[in-house]
Amino acid sequence: MNRRLGMQTVYFKNPPVIIGRNHLVGKKEGQGNFKGYFTNVLKNDKFGEKTFEKAERKIMETLIFGAIENAKLKPNQIDMLLSGDLLNQIITSSFTARDFETTFVGLYGACSTMAETLAVASCLIDGGFMDKVACATTSHFATAERQYRNPLELGNQRPPTSQWTVTGGGCCVLSSKGIGHKITMATFGKVKDYGITDANNMGAAMAPAAMNTLIAHFEDTGTNPEDYDAIFTGDLGKLGSNILRSMMEEAGYSLGINYSDCGQMMFAENQKPYQGASGCACSASVLNAYILSQLDKAVFKKVLFVATGALLSTVSTQQGDSIPGIAHAVVIEGCTQCL
Amino acid sequence: MFIDYLKVFLTGGFICFIGQIIVIKTKFTPTRILVSFLVLGMILEYLGIYEAVIEFGKAGAQVPITGFGATLARGVIAEVDKEGLIGILTGGLKASAAGVSAAIFFSYIIALIFDSKSKKD
Repeated sequence: MNRRLGMQTVYFKNPPVIIGRNHLVGKKEGQGNFKGYFTNVLKNDKFGEKTFEKAERKIMETLIFGAIENAKLKPNQIDMLLSGDLLNQIITSSFTARDFETTFVGLYGACSTMAETLAVASCLIDGGFMDKVACATTSHFATAERQYRNPLELGNQRPPTSQWTVTGGGCCVLSSKGIGHKITMATFGKVKDYGITDANNMGAAMAPAAMNTLIAHFEDTGTNPEDYDAIFTGDLGKLGSNILRSMMEEAGYSLGINYSDCGQMMFAENQKPYQGASGCACSASVLNAYILSQLDKAVFKKVLFVATGALLSTVSTQQGDSIPGIAHAVVIEGCTQCL
Repeated sequence: MFIDYLKVFLTGGFICFIGQIIVIKTKFTPTRILVSFLVLGMILEYLGIYEAVIEFGKAGAQVPITGFGATLARGVIAEVDKEGLIGILTGGLKASAAGVSAAIFFSYIIALIFDSKSKKD
């Protein structure tokens, strides 16, 4: 009965299958390093809407409908929608859920939302509570920038430690049955705070949380970094992933060339991302467009996907509080019948 | 004529150069940098230094936020001489009334005409 391994990891007896997926990214992301993989690219960041917030909602709506279609299902065949985003009171998720007949659970994990929703959905499916669950998340540069940092109209410079919030998102439809890549394990993260207070330096704030989740995962499952074809962290960026590498080294786990960070990979150097990309959509779009397609081609067979989140709020930043970080991980194993 | 432009450019450029170093080297938020420059302008005006800077750099010293600080300080000093201590409260805004009103008026017009856009980089 017990499906727990150690303190933080769970494994699934009937691993949930990813039967549908979808991604959508903004123009800038579409011109970055994943150019060939991002097939759904917006022409402009407003997506024909009046405000950036409405555009973000439209992105989520498009994503979910597209993923359900990709799973060859009808929206009413989905049992539950699990989603989250960065805006206050996760309005993108809950407002979008108005358009769906399914039950809805909103989750807030900042940029760790993709892994968080996949992990929770997998538990619900393997537990027999739900059969088909849609997991979605979005972020938008313009909405995040003006909520967390400064009004867009101020036109101030971004400091060199900053990252660029990805516009777009990703959605996976999980099912108890079907053919596709499987989620075999999930490691839930603990909140870690090493006292970073700079809202423009989130990579450093999230690295300790990523380290905690990775070490917990390796200890709980008795695996090593080499056991995975690829290990992806969400959006630590250049600085954060370097910190993670050296912290893991000190803890006795060296992350080799199979480790990369979605945020660091997203943009080309001439796009001035500084430390890289961030946002819920960063790991979500890379997962749905790149990682899963590499699993399709069996370039990867077993992937550890660790999405990282900085749990700050505008109020906590204004009051000078430090930034707690979180990281959730899921193990995705490639479909063996698909090739 | 060309020398004037050069002086204006160098003065304004130098002030922005200091700001740029603060952006890169410190964790100061843009708001803090703005306020620090304003206060710096006030202090320099009080010490009589900024007047000389304006004489040299003209718009290059007047347009940056330090110039606004200097105007506030100059207004207060003049008004205190004329009206007494009440000038501390009234002088600054009197002297900068044109600038402040223009900022509000043009912001309003721009907000009516244009849509907010995302940043490019």
